[in-house]
Amino acid sequence: MPPVSRRALLAAAAVVVALLAANGLAAGGTGDAGGEQVSLIQRGAGLFAAGCSQCHGMNGAGKQKPGPVGGVNNTAGIGPSLRGVGALAADFYLRNGYMPLQSPYEQPRRSRVLFSERDLRALTAYVASLAPGPGIPHPDPAQGSVSKGLRLFTDNCAGCHQIATAGGYLPDSVAPPLEQDTPREIAEAVRIGPNLMPKFSKSLLSDRDVDSVIAYVQYARSPDDRGGWSLGHIGPVPEGLVAWFVAGIVLVAVTLTVGRRIA
Amino acid sequence: MRRLWRWILVAFVWRAAREEEPGEERPPRIVPDGAPSPRAELVVVALLGLAALSAVAFIAVYAFDRIPDQTQYLGIALGCAFGFLAAALIVAAHHLVVTEELEEEYGRPHPGEADRVARVVTESGGRLRRRRLLAGAAGVATTAIGLAAIVPAASLGPIYNLGRFTRTPWRRGRRLVDQNGRPIRAAEIHPAELFTAYPEHADPEQLGAPVVLVKLEPDQLHLPPGRKGWAADGIVAYSKICTHAGCAIGLYRTPLFPPVDKPPGLVCPCHYSTFDPETGGTVVYGPAGRALPQLPLTIDGSGNLRAAGNFSGPVGPSWWGVRNRRVSS
Amino acid sequence: MIERTTRTLDERSHTAPFGFKALRYIFPDHWSFLLGEIALYCFIVLVATGTYLALFFDPSTAQTVYHGSYAPLNGAHMTEAYRSTVRLSLDVKAGLLIRQTHHWAADVFVAAIALHLMRIVFTGAFRKPRELTYYIGLTILGLALLEGYLGYSLVDDLLSGMGLAIGYGVALSIPLVGANLAALVWGGPFPGDPAFWSRMYIAHVFLLPILIATLIALHLFLVSSLHHTQFRGGRKTEKRLVGVPSFPGQAPRSLGLMFAVFAALFLLGGLVQINPIWIWGPYHVADSTNGAQPDWYLGWLIGALRLMPSFDVVIAGRTLVPNPFWGGALLPTAVFGGLFVWPALERRFTRDRHPHNLLDRPRDAPRRTAFATAVLTFLFIVFVAGSADRAYVLMGWSYATQIDVYRVGVFVVPVVSYWLAHRICVELLRNERVEASRHAAELEAEQAAGGG
Repeated sequence: MPPVSRRALLAAAAVVVALLAANGLAAGGTGDAGGEQVSLIQRGAGLFAAGCSQCHGMNGAGKQKPGPVGGVNNTAGIGPSLRGVGALAADFYLRNGYMPLQSPYEQPRRSRVLFSERDLRALTAYVASLAPGPGIPHPDPAQGSVSKGLRLFTDNCAGCHQIATAGGYLPDSVAPPLEQDTPREIAEAVRIGPNLMPKFSKSLLSDRDVDSVIAYVQYARSPDDRGGWSLGHIGPVPEGLVAWFVAGIVLVAVTLTVGRRIA
Repeated sequence: MRRLWRWILVAFVWRAAREEEPGEERPPRIVPDGAPSPRAELVVVALLGLAALSAVAFIAVYAFDRIPDQTQYLGIALGCAFGFLAAALIVAAHHLVVTEELEEEYGRPHPGEADRVARVVTESGGRLRRRRLLAGAAGVATTAIGLAAIVPAASLGPIYNLGRFTRTPWRRGRRLVDQNGRPIRAAEIHPAELFTAYPEHADPEQLGAPVVLVKLEPDQLHLPPGRKGWAADGIVAYSKICTHAGCAIGLYRTPLFPPVDKPPGLVCPCHYSTFDPETGGTVVYGPAGRALPQLPLTIDGSGNLRAAGNFSGPVGPSWWGVRNRRVSS
Repeated sequence: MIERTTRTLDERSHTAPFGFKALRYIFPDHWSFLLGEIALYCFIVLVATGTYLALFFDPSTAQTVYHGSYAPLNGAHMTEAYRSTVRLSLDVKAGLLIRQTHHWAADVFVAAIALHLMRIVFTGAFRKPRELTYYIGLTILGLALLEGYLGYSLVDDLLSGMGLAIGYGVALSIPLVGANLAALVWGGPFPGDPAFWSRMYIAHVFLLPILIATLIALHLFLVSSLHHTQFRGGRKTEKRLVGVPSFPGQAPRSLGLMFAVFAALFLLGGLVQINPIWIWGPYHVADSTNGAQPDWYLGWLIGALRLMPSFDVVIAGRTLVPNPFWGGALLPTAVFGGLFVWPALERRFTRDRHPHNLLDRPRDAPRRTAFATAVLTFLFIVFVAGSADRAYVLMGWSYATQIDVYRVGVFVVPVVSYWLAHRICVELLRNERVEASRHAAELEAEQAAGGG
């Protein structure tokens, strides 16, 4: 999405919706939808033109090179084409706050969602109307198996997201921890491959496999911590800190009570 | 009865006298006396009691099955038992034990004794005339026996035969299968996906076995000269084992929107060595010093992926002379 | 009653004189002399808990499929080594407490040795006549690192497998003999012969513990035969030792400290989860996880491996030195080598060949203190570099930038810290001299006033 600042986005959205509504309508050819659907797409088109088109181009055609500086937001943006990404991608990027981005060059991160539920549905409907694309998945982790999920997660996800879903590093980006992701977001991300993440087609991970992966991710949020305080499941770094700063300090304090403090 | 009483009395007095007798000429105390501290004694007794209680609690927690968080209660009980014991001892050290400060001379070296030890050794050899020869013979014998003792250690591994380090299970025509042994069809692999594949009918738990498969667009492929045709329909295969320290390449960095995202990279999560799949696995970041070995691919008549040969170089971490070695099947 | 016991014992052993000497053996009293004792008590816990674990652990690489009480691993392929560790953690009563206490004891053991070593270096306790004691202590530290690494590796969980792979990579990278050495140790290319597990196991539960125990005994024998060092002050001189007798003065303190160590370790073992191997899952050659780390005491090696820029030494197309050698093999060799030659170097530089029983305060030897501080800061930066990836995920500091900063910092900061430490020592000494001369002047004035 555009490199608009959020302030600019909001202001622009408020002012320009009406102006651009007609313009956006021309692109959204959805003759088969009902009247309510049409009005939703119209609303989405307006929002898109105001808030998203700076980067994704008019009608979601994408911009491979920064356009001339100017226009409503005074910033030049670039962004991928949204034709054919379907409701799947729009739903993912809008509901976790990845979009809109401050700058197209930064990594999208989970942030506060700026749109109302109605606007989200409108934008999603509009993006879906651009070209045929995948719909929003409906995963059911109850159908999956945690043990199968653990194996699939180890093979496909742990390299970046860490085996206990605590998140990880890859040059030069962050694979986010999966603490907050809803089953739907996980199922969407697996198919989209947002940012630098690879995609997983159904031949690599079937929908049932994805259910298992989600079941494991949900399990890994509060796994069987029979050993006590979990230290965030990130292994030896916090363990070393505890060894030095808990055991170390306590035991040195004991030596100070036992031994003389000045020579 | 009266007589008995008298006997007892006599015995008692005699006993008392006997006990007192040496007391008259008792040597001076070694450990100085100090003031008693009944309160500290009570504290120590209380702490010891708590230690005992905690230990009993440990046994009780152990005995009862199906306590939730049993490990935590066991730890607390045992930790407290030792903790109270420690506290009792430290209180005793501070309040019940006489504090003395003793002095003593540090020891000194004993040059005379050391010389005498040396003399015993030299004089013991007084009857020897050919000392050098004997010493030499003893040295040779010791060395030989020492070597004889060490040599069987060579059985531990193929110390001179490094052929196994360059052997891989891949050869021309071997099919690529997934971890369940199912052949992989070229059509299943789409751009921006990371597949892990293994050689069919081979042990997957060897460094040479796992490969990663990624599909690139034709304009992305810039393989080194001599690797023409190593990609099959844009699919390239690389060893999954990092050439730096042997961890598995678990990450595929693949840009969703190339104009702003980082270029594709195969990354090892141990030290973040990053290899470029477009240019034949060359190192683009991190400490690895050698490109990932590439496996040539081909597609057979039924659309399955097969190896078209062996890797471009030895798999796994590098060693002396690794670049001059060829892989064998 | 007590007399009867001591007499009976002496009649049967003739050791009363030794017993008396042992009871009245003098300990100079200072808290920092107890750091080594913490390590000793950790070792006791390690042996006790380790023995318990060995009753349940099966060091076998035989492949098996898990069908146990921990559902997320159901149907997973794994080795017996891993399966038996999961079982002893989750199904054996008190097993997890003992396993976690064992692991915490290992972490604290090495930390206590490190603190003890710092005390020894900063106070000059390694000087003549105690060089042998110092060398033995260093050897114990080296063996403890190896012992800890083997314990971490034996379990065959995901982290241990990755750790072993890196160890294999480092072994291979040793110039000339690396591949032959790895062939010997692993019994072939990684993951090696099944016998490799037996080799790690016998080393971890028998050879290294026996060796460490023997060296500890030798270390303590030398400490007691040469007697403790002491700080200057009071009636203490190079020739006269002043302190508390082992009985009754020192015994309850040392025992108190011992039980405090036990308490701390068992409390950690029960309350703070360490290395939850059932969560990591089993290792397979093709598996890896992000953010894998070794235990803290090998953190400096992973840091060094990550800091090294990408190059192998290649001459005329022939690999001479693969990259992991620098960080994984050369750095630890250099650090331990440096520590071993330190006493000899200091003798040469200071031309001081006298025996020393009185310790320096860190400020008394500004150059030694400054140099030791520089070495410590160097190691600390390398160590911190090892967790740069975690810092990125948690704090958002770019990894690549961090690595670049550390690459510079590793050379610059030690120089700065050398200068700073030296300066502080010199200033402290100067202040003391000023203070002393003022004190002397006051005394003189007082005397003059009194005389007049």
